[in-house]
Amino acid sequence: MAVTQVFGARVRRREDPRLIRGTAMYTDDVVLPGLCYAAFVRSPHAHARIRHIDVSRARSTPGVLGVFTAQDLEGRVNPIPCGWQVPNCDLKIPPHPALARDKVRHVGDAVAVVVAETRAQAYDAASLVEVDYEVLPAVVDMQQALGSATLVHEDVPNNRVLLWSVKGGDFEAAAREPGVRVIRQRLVNQRLIPNAMEARAAVAQYNPGTGELTLWVTSQNPHIARVILSGVLKFPEHKLRVIAPEVGGGFGSKIPVYPEEAVVAHLAVRLARPVKWAETRRENYLSTIHGRDHLTEAEMAVRPDGTVVGLRVRTLANFGAYLSTAAPAIPTILYGLILSGPYRIPNIECEVTGVFTNTTPTDAYRGAGRPEATYVLERMMDLAARELGMDPAEIRRRNLIPREQFPATVATGITYDSGDYARALDRALQILEYPKVRGEQAAARQQGRYLGVGLSTYVEICGAGPSKVVGSTGFAGGLWESAVVRFSPTGKVTVFTGTSPHGQGEETTFAQIVAQELGVSLDDVEVLHGDTDSILMGWGTYGSRTTAVGGTAVYLAAQKVKEKAQRIAAHQLEVSVDDLVFEAGRFHVRGAPDRGMTIQEVALQAYLAWNLPEGMEPGLEGQANWDPSNFVFPFGTHACVVEVDPETGQVKLLRYVAVDDCGRVINPLIVDGQVHGGIVQGIAQALWEFARYDEAGNLLTGSMAEYAVPKAAWLPRFECDRTETPTPVNPLGVKGVGETGTIAATPCVVNAVLDALSPFGIRHVDMPLLPERVWRGIQQAKGGAA
Amino acid sequence: MIPAPFEYVRVHSVREAISLLQQHGSRAKLLAGGHSLLPLMKLRLSQPELLIDLGPVDELRGIREENGALVIGALTTHDEVATSPLVRERVPLLADCAAQIGDVQVRNRGTFGGNLAHADPAADYPAAVLALEAQMEVEGPAGRRTIPASQWFVDLLTTALGPDEVLCRVRVPVQAKGQGWSYTKLPHPASGYSLLGVACLVTVDGGVCREARVAVTGVGPKAVRLAKVEAALTGKRLDEAAVAEASKLAGDGLEATDDLYASAEYKRHLAVVYTRRGLLRALERAAG
Repeated sequence: MAVTQVFGARVRRREDPRLIRGTAMYTDDVVLPGLCYAAFVRSPHAHARIRHIDVSRARSTPGVLGVFTAQDLEGRVNPIPCGWQVPNCDLKIPPHPALARDKVRHVGDAVAVVVAETRAQAYDAASLVEVDYEVLPAVVDMQQALGSATLVHEDVPNNRVLLWSVKGGDFEAAAREPGVRVIRQRLVNQRLIPNAMEARAAVAQYNPGTGELTLWVTSQNPHIARVILSGVLKFPEHKLRVIAPEVGGGFGSKIPVYPEEAVVAHLAVRLARPVKWAETRRENYLSTIHGRDHLTEAEMAVRPDGTVVGLRVRTLANFGAYLSTAAPAIPTILYGLILSGPYRIPNIECEVTGVFTNTTPTDAYRGAGRPEATYVLERMMDLAARELGMDPAEIRRRNLIPREQFPATVATGITYDSGDYARALDRALQILEYPKVRGEQAAARQQGRYLGVGLSTYVEICGAGPSKVVGSTGFAGGLWESAVVRFSPTGKVTVFTGTSPHGQGEETTFAQIVAQELGVSLDDVEVLHGDTDSILMGWGTYGSRTTAVGGTAVYLAAQKVKEKAQRIAAHQLEVSVDDLVFEAGRFHVRGAPDRGMTIQEVALQAYLAWNLPEGMEPGLEGQANWDPSNFVFPFGTHACVVEVDPETGQVKLLRYVAVDDCGRVINPLIVDGQVHGGIVQGIAQALWEFARYDEAGNLLTGSMAEYAVPKAAWLPRFECDRTETPTPVNPLGVKGVGETGTIAATPCVVNAVLDALSPFGIRHVDMPLLPERVWRGIQQAKGGAA
Repeated sequence: MIPAPFEYVRVHSVREAISLLQQHGSRAKLLAGGHSLLPLMKLRLSQPELLIDLGPVDELRGIREENGALVIGALTTHDEVATSPLVRERVPLLADCAAQIGDVQVRNRGTFGGNLAHADPAADYPAAVLALEAQMEVEGPAGRRTIPASQWFVDLLTTALGPDEVLCRVRVPVQAKGQGWSYTKLPHPASGYSLLGVACLVTVDGGVCREARVAVTGVGPKAVRLAKVEAALTGKRLDEAAVAEASKLAGDGLEATDDLYASAEYKRHLAVVYTRRGLLRALERAAG
């Protein structure tokens, strides 16, 4: 019989067995007859003019089918476009050629591609392509890049990508108010490397008979890839099919459409052979997007009672060498507009200067703008509390937007859907046993031990979104979602979604939505995604939008199925539609439970079509497109306890409490998993991860031997809890939870470490809080030599 | 991430390996666990034309006790060193050091001999074998010879092993009863190697230090003994103050290199802290 309550149940992820057992099929697992392999020749220089490329040695190497440079792609592969052209910010969009033409602009910039019978032959031949470079000075540092005579793109003066601002109220006036203090701090939000477990890959196959081109690609949004690639390749969209098979993590790094994907697709047509490319981890570090990389001057104006009256933020954002697909939106609308956080701050000003440098392009990385904003805001809240001698919990509570003020419009102009921020804060403090922990901290200090308590109250904007609104921000698409729910004649259900989950568990949660609505067994529901041939449209999985937008579309499609099924059942049972009750997957006549039909019996009748209501089409499926009226705004409070070893500067995380509110919860197990992963990435930024270039633009953290991906053994058990405040934006009441952990955790941990260091009088240490940095902070505070 | 082309041959005896090394010289490389060599080859930083896989050579395996020492075959994995009851009983310092190498996968593949022959400046074993005064048994065309640990590490990635020699076994003197020991490290957050690792072996008699051996790895181009610290401890009545005083000498003249995660200055400071903490831990064990 059908499960009675599956919405809200801790159902195990159906994705996991195949992932754990190694039977999942990733792009690099695609093997086709006649498959050949591509390898890219990449620049060893951050900035150089290409004088000449000699491919003769590579071309004559055994197994090589072809070697191609920018010249060979001329007129056949257009530059890669930027998909989010934020208006009113003087955005410069220099061309991003698929292979570098005259100049290379970062280490790893692709200058040529070799195709050979085997992968090893391709790599060997790639090492024989001789490129004559005239090495140019590189601009790596953002501040130096602005105003440097060295230009990454000759037509972009001062290397300035954009100058964006938002202003609500009047910060200056607020700061002049008598008694108001202005707290200032320079904050670095360091560059990170996304490190999806699966690196990028693409396989393209062209069928000369049908003229169809199929591309398997590591993408979070295959439909977007299809639209963009059809333009880049001048290939008719209806002949182009893009498939995202199993995708091993993305964290935003698989949103963009990359040059390699376009080149591989082009080569499959050109050579009339299927072509595979799978990047190495080193290539991944050099040519897949990076994230974050902000330098910020922040000012917070606060009254003596702790009321925050103003926030002014000036940020430099590093875009790297080219504009990646969504890059312009990340440090602007996804950053500046959320700077009010969960607080009522009447006067907010934010100015962002985007900068080109000779480094790997940046784009969305888990949280994408919102972690950066939350870091600024939550560090400033702590600094304000310290300035005023207030408890960090108290200053937050004083400024939170009260429950009764929703929907709440903040100074940056956006309107929060629903919230009960104080409740989440209270719950986190309760779990932490805040007064007790503060007592332990005081006692430990007596013994020369340095414990620190950190808090982070956050709100995020996700579930994008209303297409009209995102269109007005320059996004070159809509952000609605489509879904199909289809019964088969034997009563099984197939769900098609335009979203493209790659680890978030929607094959399970979407099945739960449908099983709940249609009263069928979870095992009878299959969820399919990631193929442009299978559904009308989809805008992808990112920005914690999949369940709020795509899940709602699935829910609405299921409603249509149910309505049609009810009409068929009423017809066959010879009663009116209103006389039927739907319970546990069965329609029965009100007051006569014996007279009924299961929904599976109805499905069979819908396909047989022997006895349908007059004028009804056969078959049983529902299709829905959902365009939300607003974004959704999850929120919560994270709290943690750390201990700092003052002799070595090492930080040990002792406890971590997370109270998140993502609206109604479909599957608590999956929500916990999403929160856990997010917290780990957030902690990792606070304590360990950083990408570093030398002055010449070489990536010093160029492998996992130098870039510190977090290890499970370094982390405490996470104490997760939730409050549940449904959103009115969608009928499911769901928000998003893919990024909350990353958003909240970073400032939470940094605040805790700085709290531990407060007896030394240390105000701030920039991330990551590596032992040496903490130790140096202590030495400087003590007036020591360091 | 894709190595340059190379030939590969499996050998079944040390003699066979030596003869191939003689034949191919520096174009050939010996392969044991491959945990240092293969990553370098994948980055094409190392491009040997011939890999000589020692895997099938049985004479390079096994751990046995002989004349007051453990004789440990070069192909013994880190995990075997870490978990062998014989090593844990007779040379607990070495077992504990091995247990702190990398992670489970690394310990299951990486070998004792391979690690010592590679002489990575941030490897863990070098500190332990220096403190234990181990002896390397090598074989070459001219026969066998023994090289003490103190002469083994020559420079960054360079040992006293000749180009046509094979490191076969390591002779590690068993720890005396009552000797205190410790291995403490600050791992590199990315690689798991030592940003700094300190091995201590202390002989105490009636509260007085008869002999102290302290070796540090990860700080400079090669692991070294801290002679000044050792001298300051020897003959002293060891209490916390004496240990702290002696440890202050740990950074003195210590050659240190900057890296992304720790500057030379910070490493010298850590050497002092970890030496003190390591010695105190060793003293606890000596007393216990």
